[in-house]
Amino acid sequence: MYEKTLTQLAAALKSGEFSSRELTAHYLQRIEKADGKLNSFISVTAEQALKHAEIADNARAAGTAGPLAGIPLALKDIFCTRDVKTSCGSKMLDNFIAPYNATVVEKLNAAGTISLGKTNMDEFAMGSSNENSYYGPVKNPWDLTAVPGGSSGGSAAAVAAGLIPAAMGTDTGGSIRQPAAFCGITGLKPTYGRVSRFGIIAYASSLDQAGPMARSAEDCAHLLGVIAGHDGRDSTSVTRGVPDYVENLNAPLSGLKIGLPKEYFGDGLDPDVEKAVREAVKVYESLGATVREVSLPHTHYAIPAYYVIAPAEASSNLSRYDGVRFGYRCDNPSDLIDLYTRSRAEGFGEEVKRRILIGTHTLSEGFFDAYYTKAQKVRRLIRQDFLDAFEDVDVLMGPASPTPAFDLGAKKDPVSMYLQDIYTIAVNLAGIPGISVPAGFSNGRPVGLQILGTHFAEAQLLNVAHQFQQATDWHLQRPAFAEEYA
Amino acid sequence: MALEESHVRRAAHLARLAVSDDQASGFVEDLSRILDMVDQLQSLDTEGVKPLAHPLDATQRLRADEVTESNQRDTFQRCAPAVENGLYLVPRVVE
Repeated sequence: MYEKTLTQLAAALKSGEFSSRELTAHYLQRIEKADGKLNSFISVTAEQALKHAEIADNARAAGTAGPLAGIPLALKDIFCTRDVKTSCGSKMLDNFIAPYNATVVEKLNAAGTISLGKTNMDEFAMGSSNENSYYGPVKNPWDLTAVPGGSSGGSAAAVAAGLIPAAMGTDTGGSIRQPAAFCGITGLKPTYGRVSRFGIIAYASSLDQAGPMARSAEDCAHLLGVIAGHDGRDSTSVTRGVPDYVENLNAPLSGLKIGLPKEYFGDGLDPDVEKAVREAVKVYESLGATVREVSLPHTHYAIPAYYVIAPAEASSNLSRYDGVRFGYRCDNPSDLIDLYTRSRAEGFGEEVKRRILIGTHTLSEGFFDAYYTKAQKVRRLIRQDFLDAFEDVDVLMGPASPTPAFDLGAKKDPVSMYLQDIYTIAVNLAGIPGISVPAGFSNGRPVGLQILGTHFAEAQLLNVAHQFQQATDWHLQRPAFAEEYA
Repeated sequence: MALEESHVRRAAHLARLAVSDDQASGFVEDLSRILDMVDQLQSLDTEGVKPLAHPLDATQRLRADEVTESNQRDTFQRCAPAVENGLYLVPRVVE
C-alpha cells in the first residue's frame, strides 16, 4: 500500500480495495519497524489513529465520507493537537499537552484524515538540518549518514521512507521546501496568510506559513484545498476564497513564461544540482514553455535581512516561555527572576538561545533603527524584485538548495548553516508561494527544483509541478530504505 | 558594529536568559559572526524606502466587540507547572 500516492490511496479507499483501518495499521507497522533508524517521529498516536480510522470506515459505509476520509497523515510537532504532546522539538515543551487544536488540525479532522503522530523537527523550527532537535537528529532515508534538511525534516523523511503518505510542515525560511528537496518529495509553501497560523507554535509571525509535504503535486493540491482558507482566529489569514486546486492540474503549459533568476545560478551552486535543474527546465521547454533569464538584484541581502527580522520576531514570540503557565520549570527557583532565567536557560537549546539573543540585541535601544528598520526596508526591496519579475514571466525556477543533503555533523558554524537557505529565504520575506519538486539525484541524494509564483498563485504552481510529474518519474522514486527496513 | 560582551549580557538580561561566564564568550563569538553577515545590509542604499512589516501590506482587521470564548481556566491550567485555587504559583515576590 505504501507505494501508492495519497491520491491513489484515496481512490482505493473509495473503491473499497482496503479499509482505512487496514491502511492505518499498515503504516503504523511500518513506523514501528523502521523509525528506530530514522527518528522521524516524536510521538505516535496509534490507538487514537485506529479509532479514527474506524470512524472513517463507518462514514464510508454510510455514504457520508469526504474524498480524503481515512487517509493517514502526520503532523510536524509544531501543530497544537488537543490531548497530545506538542513539543516543537524542545525540552521547553517536552511536558506540554496541548489543550486545543490548531485550525489546520481541525480542518484535517473535519475532512476525516487520520493523524498517526507528530514528526521530529529543529527546535522551534530553527534550523536547516534537523540536528537542533531535543529528540535527536532525523536521518535521511536516501542515505542514513545525511541530514534530511530542516526544519520539517521529520515530515520529509517519513514521507520519503513510506512511513506516511503525506505530512504537514511549516516554512519560515525554507523549512518545507529544503527538506522536501533533500528527501526527494514534493513540498509546498503557500502564500503568507493562505493557511491559518492559529495553533501553530510561533517562530517568526510575519514569515511563518504551513503547507503540505507529499509524494506528488497532485497530493499537495488535495491537501491544500483542505487546510487553506480564512480563519477568524488568525488576524493575518486572508479572506479571499479558496479555488479548486485539483481541477486546474491538467491545464496545458504551452505559452508558459518561465524566468530563471541569474542570481540563483551563481557561485556556490553544486554542479550536479545545476545540471538537474537545467534538465528540468528543458522538460518544460518540451512542454511548450518559453524560458528567459531574469534578475532578482537584492537576492544577496535576503539572508542578512532574514537574520534580523526572524530572530527579532522570535525573541518576542518566545518570551512567553517563562516557566509559569506551561512548559518547563527549573527545580527550586530562589526567586521569580531565577525562575525565569534558569527555566529558559535549561529549557532552550543553543540555536534558540542564539536567535533570542540576536533578536533582543537588534531590537534594543541604540540598535533598533540600524538593524530592524533597515532590514524591513530591505525586505520591501526584496519583495519588489519578485513583483517586477512577475511582470515579465509567469513563474520562476531554480534550485531549492545550493547542494544536495549534506552529511550529519558537517556544518558546525551557524552562519554556514544559514547560507544553505539562500534560494528559499527571500520567498518568505516576499510572502509569495513556492514548491519544491524532485528533479534528479547527485551521488544518490535527491535534488529539488523550486518553482515560485506570485501571491496566491498556488493553483498555477501546482499545475506547473504536476505537468512536470506527468513527464518525469523522479517523484515516484523510492529509497532502498523503504523496502529494506520497513 | 562590533559586539561586546556587555551587549550579550544586556540582551541576556532583557531576554531573562541565564548565561554563564563560559557561555557568554561563546555567544560573543557566534553572535559576532552572525552580525558581521547581517552588516552587509548597511552597504545598501535604502533612502526613501518604506519599511515592510507584513508581506501583503495588510492592516489589522477589527471584529465586533462580542464575547466569543468561554472560560476554560481549568483546562488551560492543567499544563501549568504549579497552580492552587485557580492561581499560578511562583516564588514569593513581596516580603
